[in-house]
Amino acid sequence: MAPGTRMKLFVLGALALVLLLVPLLLPSAFHLRVAALVWINAVAALGLALLMGLAGQVSLGHAGFMGIGAYATALGPKHLGLDPLLSLGAGILLAGTLAFLVGRPILRLKGHYLAVATLGLGILVHLVLVSEVPITGGPDGIQVPRLELFGVRLVGPELWYWITGITLLLAAWLALNLEDSSTGRALRALHDSEIAAAVVGVDVARAKLVVFVIAAVYAALAGGLFALFNRFVTPDVAGFLRSIELVTMVVIGGMGSILGAVVGAALLTVLPQALTLFHDYEHAVLGLSIILFMVFLRQGIVPGLAALLARRRPA
Amino acid sequence: MSLLEAQGISIAFGGLRALDGVGFAVDPGEVLAIIGPNGAGKTTLFNVVTGLYRAQAGEVRLEGRDVTGLPPHALAARGLARTFQNLQIFFRMSALENVMVGRHLRERRRLWAELLGLPSVLAENRESRARALELLAFVGLAERAEEPASSLPYGALKRLEIARALACEPKVLMLDEPAAGCNPVETEEIDRLILAIARKGTAVVLVEHDMKLVMRISDRVLVLDQGRLLAEGTPQEVRSDPRVIEAYLGRLGLEAAHAA
Repeated sequence: MAPGTRMKLFVLGALALVLLLVPLLLPSAFHLRVAALVWINAVAALGLALLMGLAGQVSLGHAGFMGIGAYATALGPKHLGLDPLLSLGAGILLAGTLAFLVGRPILRLKGHYLAVATLGLGILVHLVLVSEVPITGGPDGIQVPRLELFGVRLVGPELWYWITGITLLLAAWLALNLEDSSTGRALRALHDSEIAAAVVGVDVARAKLVVFVIAAVYAALAGGLFALFNRFVTPDVAGFLRSIELVTMVVIGGMGSILGAVVGAALLTVLPQALTLFHDYEHAVLGLSIILFMVFLRQGIVPGLAALLARRRPA
Repeated sequence: MSLLEAQGISIAFGGLRALDGVGFAVDPGEVLAIIGPNGAGKTTLFNVVTGLYRAQAGEVRLEGRDVTGLPPHALAARGLARTFQNLQIFFRMSALENVMVGRHLRERRRLWAELLGLPSVLAENRESRARALELLAFVGLAERAEEPASSLPYGALKRLEIARALACEPKVLMLDEPAAGCNPVETEEIDRLILAIARKGTAVVLVEHDMKLVMRISDRVLVLDQGRLLAEGTPQEVRSDPRVIEAYLGRLGLEAAHAA
C-alpha cells in the first residue's frame, strides 16, 4: 500500500472511531448537540486548513462564507420558496463564485494580500446581514425552516449528529484525496517556493485560486448545515470573531493537518461550553489557552504530539 | 534554426543596464556555458529566458516559436526547465516529493478525479513516484528519497534540484551555478551528470564560476561582461582570447599572461 493511502485510512479510521464512540459515551441530547456543532465547525476548519496548511494563504473573513451558506439556506425558502437543500446548494455556489471573483485578481500577487481582502469581504457580508433588515431579519436573526427529505422531517439531535458527522467524514475524505494528488503536491510546493513551483510548470495563481474556492465551499457547506441544524441564524455566524475562531482552530490543531483541524474545532467549540463555569472570564481563559498552546505546542496539537511520539519510539 | 534562441536581450534596472543586446543559441545535446565576472548579467539572462524577468527588448524562441514574455509555467510546458543559484527547494517535502512535483506537467490534474481519489489518480501517483525514484537514483540520491529535503546537505540539494528539473522531461535544461559551493568530489559528480544529460539529447545551458568544470564539459562558451557579449567560441578559443583574460584579470592579468 502506498504511504499516502495508509495515511488516508488511518485518519478516516480515527475519525470514524470517534464518530461511533461519542454517542456511546455521551448519549445525552446536550452532548450530541455540542458534538454536531463540533463536526460542523470542523468542516469549515478543514477547508481553511487546506488553504492555510497546503497553500500557505490565510483567509481572515472565512466566516463570511459560512454566513453566505447559512443565510442562503434560511432565505431561499422564505423569499423564493425554494427547497432548503436546494438553497444550501445555491449558497455553496454563491460562496464559491464570490471566492473565485475575489481570489482571481488577488492571488496573482505574492504575499498576504488575500488575508486583507478576505477581512474586508467578511466585514462586508456581516454588514449586509445586519443592515438589510427586511430581507435578512437584521441583528435579531432569522428562523430556518425544517429540513424534509422525501416527506420525512429531519429532526432530533441524534439524527443531526449523524448527518453532520458523516458530512465531516466525507469532507475529510475529499481533503485527504486532494492532499495526495498532483494539485496537493503543487500547493505544498508553492508554499515553500512559488518560483520553483512555477518553473516546473505549476500555474501558481490558478492553484491558489482552486484551493481558495474549495475552502469557501467547505465554509458555506458548514454554514448551511449550521442553519439547518440550529434552525435559527444570526449575523454572528459571519462575524469577525467567528473568522478569527476558524483561523485559531486551524493553527491550534496544527496547520496542514486534517486531523488537526478537527481537534482544533473540537477544542474551540467545547471549551467555551465548559468555560461557562468561569462565566465572566470565558474569553480571558480562551485567550490564555491559545497563548499557552502557541508557546508550548507551536506546530499545533496533532503534529506536535506526533513529533513527541516519534521521539519516544526507539529508532 | 536552433532549439533555443535568444536575440538582442536588453534589460535595465533603474538606470543600470544589466543586459545590452545579448543573445545565444543552443542545439539538442549541446552544452553551452555562460561565464563572466560577477555582475556580468549571467543570472539576469537566465531569468529573462525562463520568464522570471521581462526584457525591455529582444526575443526568445523555443523550437522556432516566439516565447518572449511567457510566464515560467508556460515555458516549462514548452520544455524549458531550470535550477537556481541560491537553492529553491521545497523544504517541507521529502526528497522524493520534491522530484514528484517536477512531474506536475506529466500528470493530468483533473480536480474532480483528484478530490474523489479515483484509481486513475492513484495510478498516476504511483507512476510519478516510480519516475521520481529513477531520477533520484540517476543523481545518486536514491537512498535518501524519503528524507525531508531540509535534512539533506548542500551538495545533495544541488543534485535534488537537477533531478526535479529533469522530472519535467525538458528539451532545454538551464543550470545556474550547478557546482557552486560543492567540493571537488561533488563537482566531479555534477560534471558526469551534465554530460550524461546532454548525451540523452537535452540541450544544457549553464552559468558557472568553476572554470575547470566549464572547460571540461562545454561544447561552446559564451562570455559576458557588464551586460554585453564579450566573446563566444569553443573553450580553447575563449581561454586564449585576450579580451576575456582582460575582463577577468584586468590589464595586469593580460600582461602576466603574455609574460608567461
